[in-house]
Amino acid sequence: MADRPVPLKDTRFLDVKLGQVPSWIAMRDFTPSGLMGAVRRGYDSYYNKYINVRKGGIGGISMVLFGYVVISYIWNYEHLKHDRWRKYH
Amino acid sequence: MLSRLGLRAAPAALKGLAPCLSVGVLHASRPFHTGPRCLAPLPPLPEKGGQVRHGLIPEEFFQFLYPKTGVTGPYVLGTGLLFYLLSKEIYVVNHETIAGACIVGILIYIVKKYGADVAAFADKLNEEKVARALAVKNQSINNLESAIEQEKKEQWRVEGRGYLFDAKRNNVAMLLETNYRERLLTVYNEVKKRLDYQIAVQQLSRRREQDHMINWVEKNVVQSITPQQEKESIAKCISDLKMLSKSTRATV
Repeated sequence: MADRPVPLKDTRFLDVKLGQVPSWIAMRDFTPSGLMGAVRRGYDSYYNKYINVRKGGIGGISMVLFGYVVISYIWNYEHLKHDRWRKYH
Repeated sequence: MLSRLGLRAAPAALKGLAPCLSVGVLHASRPFHTGPRCLAPLPPLPEKGGQVRHGLIPEEFFQFLYPKTGVTGPYVLGTGLLFYLLSKEIYVVNHETIAGACIVGILIYIVKKYGADVAAFADKLNEEKVARALAVKNQSINNLESAIEQEKKEQWRVEGRGYLFDAKRNNVAMLLETNYRERLLTVYNEVKKRLDYQIAVQQLSRRREQDHMINWVEKNVVQSITPQQEKESIAKCISDLKMLSKSTRATV
């Protein structure tokens, strides 16, 4: 099925098998320039897929806002824990 | 459609364009088509972005789950996840939930009602921008084409330079001819003047000789008239005059 053995370093994340994920993550570039490169790549891919098009839709920014809502909820969970209705779940 | 408004200030396209702007500008000393592939002219923007269902979940997720769970798979997953979060109170229901629900409801209402209009407006703005750029491009193309026409016309005109030189040569020949004839006329006049002078001199001398001779002859004749002859001629004249006066008085 594999046409030619691609080294693990060059495979994309969605093509990595589940068992190889930790070693794949260990092989990533964690230098500051590497991290900035990863952020830039992620931004560029999202931007070019959802925003930099002729007829974009609401999904482009709504996903960003939804992600912002989720992250802010996670960061405030310590406070929100006190509003829980039951003590034991 | 808000993304279309974002497109109006698209920095990424400019960032992609900047490195190859220097290739577009003509440097005579720089070689062409070296270096990485240049994105000019830019490839056209894709027509539609990635599909998103319900405004939140990319379509790829539904396609990813379709082989295993069919059409309802992701919805069942979503429902199960929601109930799990609620029951374990990982998502806590408090005053913010109600506020969030109202806000989300209003937002959805606004998007559904005015989304198409805003999209059309943004599309119109983009169209105008593109039309202006296209107009500039077409204008410059037209200018260049007319310049090419002018150039071809000039090249055609150059072919007539033979006629031009012939005309100029004719002019020069005519000038030379005119000059030559003027000088010929001058020479003729000068020569005529000298000959006239000679003639005038000859005539003058002849007249003087004539006058001199006449004077000399008269003088001699007058000298030869002795006083005796003078008295006789005067008496004869007087008698002739008397006779004439008698005859005239008679006729009157």
